[in-house]
Amino acid sequence: MSSSPLVSHTALEQPLAWFDGESISVSRFLADVAQVAAMLPSGDHVLNVCRDRYRFAVGLAAAITADKVSLLPPTHTLEMVQRLKAFAPDVFCLHDNPDCDIDLPRVLFPVLNGKTIGATRIPTIEDDRQVAIVFTSGSTGAPVPHPKTWGKLVLNVRAQAECIGLKQNSGCAVIGTVPPQHMYGFESTVLLPLQSGNVLCGIQPFYPADIVSALENNPVPRMLVSTPLHLRLLLEAGLNLPSVERVLSATSPLSLQLAGQVESAFGVPLLEIYGSTETGQIAIRRTTAGESWQLFPEVRLVERDERFWAEGGHIEQPVSLNDKIELLPDARFLLHGRLQDLVNIAGKRNSLASLNHHLTAIPGVLDGAFFMPDDASHEQVTRLAACVVAPGLSAHDVLDALRQCIDPVFLPRPLLFVDELPRNSTGKLPREALKQLIHSLTRSETA
Amino acid sequence: MTQGNIQNLDALQREIAQLMVKALNLEVSADEIDPDQPLYGKGLGLDSIDILEIALVVSKHYGLQLKADSEDNHRIFGSLRSLSDYVAAHKAA
Repeated sequence: MSSSPLVSHTALEQPLAWFDGESISVSRFLADVAQVAAMLPSGDHVLNVCRDRYRFAVGLAAAITADKVSLLPPTHTLEMVQRLKAFAPDVFCLHDNPDCDIDLPRVLFPVLNGKTIGATRIPTIEDDRQVAIVFTSGSTGAPVPHPKTWGKLVLNVRAQAECIGLKQNSGCAVIGTVPPQHMYGFESTVLLPLQSGNVLCGIQPFYPADIVSALENNPVPRMLVSTPLHLRLLLEAGLNLPSVERVLSATSPLSLQLAGQVESAFGVPLLEIYGSTETGQIAIRRTTAGESWQLFPEVRLVERDERFWAEGGHIEQPVSLNDKIELLPDARFLLHGRLQDLVNIAGKRNSLASLNHHLTAIPGVLDGAFFMPDDASHEQVTRLAACVVAPGLSAHDVLDALRQCIDPVFLPRPLLFVDELPRNSTGKLPREALKQLIHSLTRSETA
Repeated sequence: MTQGNIQNLDALQREIAQLMVKALNLEVSADEIDPDQPLYGKGLGLDSIDILEIALVVSKHYGLQLKADSEDNHRIFGSLRSLSDYVAAHKAA
């Protein structure tokens, strides 16, 4: 049975993380993991919502060493938590926020004391162990589980380190603006430093000034893992930028213009990652060097049934992709936008079918549909619109009900009340008809 | 607080409300924003992406940088009034 180490650092005294203003060695990390593992309840499933990335990583490693599975849902709405409970009745929540009100048995992350005796060597984990289940929102409202095994996760981020030129054990501090619970953040800000012998940074900076101080407070070399949204705001803030070795971006396509601005502001390459919750990261490009993407080694794209499937390498089983793809020679490809039904807002993904399902399930809503505007510009976050037939309900009623079951980024702006939707004789709602309806309503409002 | 200060605060509140409406393409007008209504969640319905956008326009307009490390952050964005009070106390002279 093959296995891979919990972390790939080569010595116990090597720095592994930066937490709360302190450098954390591998042996201190193992002590922290033992402290947390000893206090976890008996359930086999953990919803780890720790905001601090180091605490998240300790919680993840504690769960792995205690034979538990970490659940990573796309959102923490009331309904999602209920669905998780139905999926895994023994699930408990590990959190680091005293105000956490997630409706599960809750364990507050302890104050780390460094006194617990941890493992004296780095544990190895069997490659076929299922360590995490990442969820996407399904089309009927029920989340779809995507199990992740240890060996494939490790394989994926080791391939990533190679593709982005991150040297093993080079003491590089990885600073991320994305949460560790999102697949991109999970891979690029948690697993990547741990599986390349580099340094994970606990803080998750929010404002541009926070990003700058998070960079300043970590010794060089360092890299920044971010998104088009955060990078745009960071540049617009006009602050003095500390040096970094490279910048990664993912979650939505970056414009060539912003990519060029980021490269000249930092003076280093900006690398874009392409992937999904189901596949993990599968391709990379330097945006300023051309539009085409380079697949990770061993990963293939295959056309079947008029769709493209990703398979091979670290991919657990062939995954049908939700993007329009054009294959090029030498394991390269072009992206030509999303297939119709899918929406991606600030890195959160959902399908219109699923959102419509939630909208029409609200008591008092007779009919309703979400609409994704065409002018999805790159860095400006585009919001959804929705039309609803709901005599007797107010906008507040509808929005409050939606807030219970969908992530706030998907809440409609505007939410328009209509007498009926322009459905055709078969009951279908052509996108063009909905678009015209919305245009006529929003035009008359602003007129 | 003197009468003049209060008037300045009201003017500042209105100005920030206008900046918010413009930056976020909100459907409400600046006058319709209740200064004591929560900006997040149920009140005005903003999310963390909006807060980042507002922080940017506010920092550019008033020459101050918001940071999340203080526990105050959630309170600052609690309402239009608390945001305006914070800006009044911290804006560049």
